[in-house]
Amino acid sequence: MGRVVLVTGVSRDIGRRFARTAAADPSIDRVIGVDVVPPRGDIGGVSFVRADIRNPVISKVIAKEDVDTVVHMSVIATPGSAGGRNTMKELNVIGTMQLLAACQAAPGVRRLVVKSTTTVYGASSRDPAMFTEDMGPKRLPRSGYAKDVNEVEGYVRGFARRRPDVAVVMLRAANVIGPHVVSPITSYFRLPVVPTVLGFDPRLQFLHEDDLLAVLRHAATTEISGTFNVAGDGVLMLSQALRRLERTSVPLPGFAVGRTGSVLRSARLADFSPEQIGFLTFGRGVDTTRMRTDLDFHPRFTTAGAFEDFAASLGVTPRVRGGGVHA
Amino acid sequence: MPDSRPGPEPANEPEQGADVIPIGTSGRPGRGSGRARPSESARNLAGPRRTPRSKPPASPGPPPADAPVEPVETPVEPSPEPPAATSSTSAADRDPTAGIPAGDWLDAFKQAAMELFDDDWERRLAEFLAFLRRRLEGGYAVDEYGFDQEMTERFFLAALRPIAEKWFRIEVRGVENIPAEGGALIVSNHSGTVPVDGLMTMAVVHDRTGRFLRPLAADLIFRLPAVSSLARRSGATLACSEDAERMLRGGELVGVWPEGFKGIGKPFSERYKLQRFGRGGFVSAALRTGVPIVPLSVVGAEEIYPLVGNLPSLARLLGVPYIPITPLFPWLGPLGLVPLPSKWLVEFGEPIRTDAYDPAEAEDPMLVFNVTDQVRETIQQTLYALLRERGPVFG
Repeated sequence: MGRVVLVTGVSRDIGRRFARTAAADPSIDRVIGVDVVPPRGDIGGVSFVRADIRNPVISKVIAKEDVDTVVHMSVIATPGSAGGRNTMKELNVIGTMQLLAACQAAPGVRRLVVKSTTTVYGASSRDPAMFTEDMGPKRLPRSGYAKDVNEVEGYVRGFARRRPDVAVVMLRAANVIGPHVVSPITSYFRLPVVPTVLGFDPRLQFLHEDDLLAVLRHAATTEISGTFNVAGDGVLMLSQALRRLERTSVPLPGFAVGRTGSVLRSARLADFSPEQIGFLTFGRGVDTTRMRTDLDFHPRFTTAGAFEDFAASLGVTPRVRGGGVHA
Repeated sequence: MPDSRPGPEPANEPEQGADVIPIGTSGRPGRGSGRARPSESARNLAGPRRTPRSKPPASPGPPPADAPVEPVETPVEPSPEPPAATSSTSAADRDPTAGIPAGDWLDAFKQAAMELFDDDWERRLAEFLAFLRRRLEGGYAVDEYGFDQEMTERFFLAALRPIAEKWFRIEVRGVENIPAEGGALIVSNHSGTVPVDGLMTMAVVHDRTGRFLRPLAADLIFRLPAVSSLARRSGATLACSEDAERMLRGGELVGVWPEGFKGIGKPFSERYKLQRFGRGGFVSAALRTGVPIVPLSVVGAEEIYPLVGNLPSLARLLGVPYIPITPLFPWLGPLGLVPLPSKWLVEFGEPIRTDAYDPAEAEDPMLVFNVTDQVRETIQQTLYALLRERGPVFG
């Protein structure tokens, strides 16, 4: 009996592309894409089901299609794309709750893969240099994406307790970057003049979009379970990244960056959020030892290599050599 | 300028063989060399290079009319034929828009480079330009803690070195106690109102052993703008057990000041009295990773900013541990920030081995307290011995 994979959040680019690559994978028989709105691009061999994960219809889809693997990637980072913070929160938290409830009721489900993010670790001056998977945030987030992700992870842990027979993989991905990614961090780097926080130079880690797709597929098809940080090797300082991007930066005091951020948000130029300002002040590093040893996943791009690829898509010729892509 | 006539070239202008041409017009006024022949360095650019002279010309003073213009070291045979070029200088050639010939610019540049980088200037200059380019393009690498080795070595430690050597005249003992490789934990007393002792220890350790000391810093450091990015760049990380153990496992030489703010912020009257050594977290980190603990005693840092007063309420308002008042600060304004030039003695004690213990014994609080006390007592006794030895504070 082959695998039937259900992918949530296929209307967004990363979700759609993952569903397509999964459909092309010979070890996967069927891929069912679920979202509220139909995906805009080519979905290849994916069968799309228009369903809202916020209501119990989803459990019918899982039962009817005999789904054994669920890949949940519809946790969204910005209110802009969802149409407001309330909708975003509902999609993220209520959607996850409904989906997990449906999975719990479906005896056929064997694997659950959740795309989480390193944002759960927060960013503060008390952070250790590198977070490992068993560390938590030093300050619990009180709002926004970080809080949503924290709650989502909490529900997923609860589900893993209640259904020990289901292998649950939680992938905490670093900031995904690449030529096609539209996210707060890429729109930040796409600004012609980039505001930075005066006197701080955060450490950044990136994950290339291709590596994200690869790790999701790897997690959906192997037998391993657990929580894993996923990021490219090495770190980049923000100042270094901006130099490599040949962008001008304007150092502003922290509060002014926040103000600029909300202006940019209302002008729909970039999506700034409070947790992003914390990130751009203190930075974050995650330890990826477990990703290599336990999950046995080796990203193709280093942090610097992923950034170089992103920079090339903005028309910046890479002048900095070395350590880009692993062969 | 005695030789003020814009006259023709001296007859014995060497045609070839001279390597060094002084800046500009050989000391004569007027622009351009007035020669039809391209300058020496312009010719050098085309032909095979000669090795550059090690010494720049001694003085730009005007040479005697019949002496060779260039004070070269190799004997130069005067040219057999009379210089034909000099008379061909026309008014058009003297046009100021023609400016200084590129060759002369190159010469001047070469001279300046030699002044700046001496003998090996070509390689050094190339290195420097490559360095500049790397910085501007962001082509350097940092480690996972944000440590920028190149920047630290070239700027940060280079700036600290003269302070350590000339201002504080630091005398170092027991450098051989620092392991040449592998993880080790240097534990030091902390004093001086501002953590200058940490910076000096970093400079001393790198100068004497070539290793980089990775300091564990309080979280206040990472909250302050500018200080935070400088701290990460120079190799510091947060003083927490996760980072300490990670660095020690990675084989780094880690520096810790367990007294923390209680140490640097203590009043001058309590100088050289060690405060509580935290909760012994540094000992458990060393026990878990099995690295040696090197006790370090620093004498001299107490006197650089004698803390005679404190503004606790203002400090609480600003969220800092204390606001110092020293005999010079804030009365003299920025001048009060200049540390007093006390004489420093720095002694690295014999390493305390922890690899004999089982890593699980890090959970034994009694053992941790005992080792903490041992380290603290060693440092305190060494401090007393060094103080007796030092003599006058500013001597």
